[in-house]
Amino acid sequence: MAQNEQKVKEPLFHIAKRSSIVWWKAWLIRLAVILVALMISGLVSFLLTKENPLEIYSVIISGAFGTERRIWNLMQNLAMLLCISIAITPAFKMRFWNIGAEGQVLVGGLASALCMILFGDKLSNPLLILVMVITSILAGAIWALIPAIFRARWNTNETLFTLMMNYIAIQLVAFFTYKFSVPKGSGQVGIINRTTKAGWLPVLGNQEYLLNILIVLIVTIGMFVYLKFSKHGYEITVVGESQNTARYIGISVKKVIIRTMLISGALCGIAGLLLVAGTDHTISRDTVAGRGFTAIMVSWLAKFDPIFMILTAFLVAFLDKGAAEVSTQFGLNRSFSDIIMGIIIFFIIGSEFFIQYTVKFRRKEEA
Amino acid sequence: MKRNKCMRLIALLAVAVFTICSLAGCGNGDSNKTDNGSSSSSSNASSALANIKVGLICLHDENSTYDLNFINSLENAKKKLGLSDDQVIIKKNVPETNECKEAAFDLVDRGCNIIFADSFGHEPYMIEAAAQYPNVQFCHATGTMAHTEQKANFHNAFASIYEGRYLAGIAAGMKLNEMIESGKITADQAIMGYVGAYTYAEVISGYTSFYLGAKSVCPSVTMKVQFTGSWYDETAEKEAATKLISSDCVLISQHADSMGAPTACENAGIPNVSYNGSTKDACPNTFIVSSRIDWAPYYEYAIKAVAEGNRIDYDWTGNISTGSVLLTEVNEKAAAAGTQDAINKAIEDLKAGKVHVFDTSAFTVGGKTLDSYKADVDTDDNYTPDTEVISNGYFHESEFRCAPYFDLRIDGITTLNEMY
Repeated sequence: MAQNEQKVKEPLFHIAKRSSIVWWKAWLIRLAVILVALMISGLVSFLLTKENPLEIYSVIISGAFGTERRIWNLMQNLAMLLCISIAITPAFKMRFWNIGAEGQVLVGGLASALCMILFGDKLSNPLLILVMVITSILAGAIWALIPAIFRARWNTNETLFTLMMNYIAIQLVAFFTYKFSVPKGSGQVGIINRTTKAGWLPVLGNQEYLLNILIVLIVTIGMFVYLKFSKHGYEITVVGESQNTARYIGISVKKVIIRTMLISGALCGIAGLLLVAGTDHTISRDTVAGRGFTAIMVSWLAKFDPIFMILTAFLVAFLDKGAAEVSTQFGLNRSFSDIIMGIIIFFIIGSEFFIQYTVKFRRKEEA
Repeated sequence: MKRNKCMRLIALLAVAVFTICSLAGCGNGDSNKTDNGSSSSSSNASSALANIKVGLICLHDENSTYDLNFINSLENAKKKLGLSDDQVIIKKNVPETNECKEAAFDLVDRGCNIIFADSFGHEPYMIEAAAQYPNVQFCHATGTMAHTEQKANFHNAFASIYEGRYLAGIAAGMKLNEMIESGKITADQAIMGYVGAYTYAEVISGYTSFYLGAKSVCPSVTMKVQFTGSWYDETAEKEAATKLISSDCVLISQHADSMGAPTACENAGIPNVSYNGSTKDACPNTFIVSSRIDWAPYYEYAIKAVAEGNRIDYDWTGNISTGSVLLTEVNEKAAAAGTQDAINKAIEDLKAGKVHVFDTSAFTVGGKTLDSYKADVDTDDNYTPDTEVISNGYFHESEFRCAPYFDLRIDGITTLNEMY
């Protein structure tokens, strides 16, 4: 026995799960990793473009914060990304892989747009907006409800199901943008009710995006409270941890799945409403612009904590704006900024590994 | 629990710090803005090219042949006018959403006094931006609304590209004739394929003029059109071209912006008439010729107008004479003999007004020759036909508005699907 044990070669290093880590150590790791990421991306950008990396960083920062307008624009992008991230969070916390946010937001937006087109001159503005709020929430909720029911009843794969629902939503939008395109056949709806502004969400204090930002702030705090302090939030956590445990303690898993997806979809519907009635005032296949997928990363990076999510959504929105500015300023292709963003996010995700696990090196041969 | 609270506190703190940073940024931004304002007003007085700053908003980037054409044309105009690098700012990958308006505003903040946008869907956002900044000129390519909006600082531009398509069609027709003469196909098998983006007047006008050009030299030609439902979708365009090739089309052309269709043609060894620019490098064996709009004459015209304090037309249509409609070099390897000469002759005829592309005696609709047609020139939600466009024996394309409005479905062309 003893001989056998000696034959097993100890590897140079092995990885062990940390039992716990002091909070400041975790943040130290995160900070160090971001610095390393910045250094590597600086090196890559220097090698590829021969531009001064420091200059590239300053352009990234000025792209996001350079003028008052850019800050508002950044906040708007942050708010929309955060709204969708918050929307998918309860589903993900329940381990329901809802990758259909893109479609749920899009149908929500489509519902608002259709109301604006069809009832723009028939209803008074407050009533029209009320109808839009209701229909877009309903549309988003229904889009999420369908895969939820199938999952709860027949245990279908929700990842595939929600993904496929995205394509249906996109084609629906394509159909309606054709039907209502101006001029004929252009495939563009144009700005809806451009002269009457019917169905446009009101502008607060002369700041186009303020209302959106405030609504998203309320949604974020609401979701924090809901997940943290409500019985529903607790049930979601239990179902996510173990469905058997949930059943054992008398939680109806089906009910929780359906209820949570309804909430998730409804919030996506609100995001669609804000995008269409709040800012774009039109609908197209690009309205959501991939935020439904980026939101998954944002939500996961924040470990499904709504308050952290403000930070992670900020990070992504900031990098996005900054990177776009880099490509404008240095005449580079957009792919370049995607590379930089990829490097930074790769490192941040990697840092979570070192927070969860520790690397132990082989000790010197003991005598 | 305690740890979580601490972390949350830090997160909140970080957000607070960022907010403060951004507010500090605000102050700087404001002072910049006032600087810009004063310099632009003095520029009006001195009215020299040195005070010009040009912005361009592109839907995609250089990977799209359409956007590349805009970018290259601006580079050429810049050189010709002697503008420096920092007098031109190009924003790429700007979607047709509120982001377009944001991009335009940002260009204004940087001191641009003339801003171009290249995609159809940018138009309403450019109009909004124009309303907010009356001292900045907003020029939108391919749009339809400037002539009815009548805003002093919002303008549309296009070129009579149907003439270019017609010329490219002649090259296609001659290639078909060559195939018929060599016995490769019979006269009845002279079927062309066309990959279109949308069932939209601009596309219909384009493929019809291309077909009429081919028909003017090869009377037995017919054409099939497959729509993709997108201006830029490489896979869909490749698939559409492949589908057309497999349904007996012996020559392909396209009105969509990726390399999808030309690549499919090169792979299948089917001759291709391209758009937006030469694809000879990628398709050396099958590329015949390409028509394209050169936007440089418009850039020059509009930039000079701003510098000299002149008005820019609401609605500007470039043509062969302004140098806006161009044909690339003919690829001798793929084209039929004598193509260049035939094109040159046709150019002279078009310039002299001897030939009109949409001559009503050259086509029929439902078996009948048209002597009257009302087109929807003034854009409205109900597509109301408002302007008589046929007179003196031809359809007057791009005369009442720069953007095309020819949307007749003429005999000899079959559309395989309808898209958006």
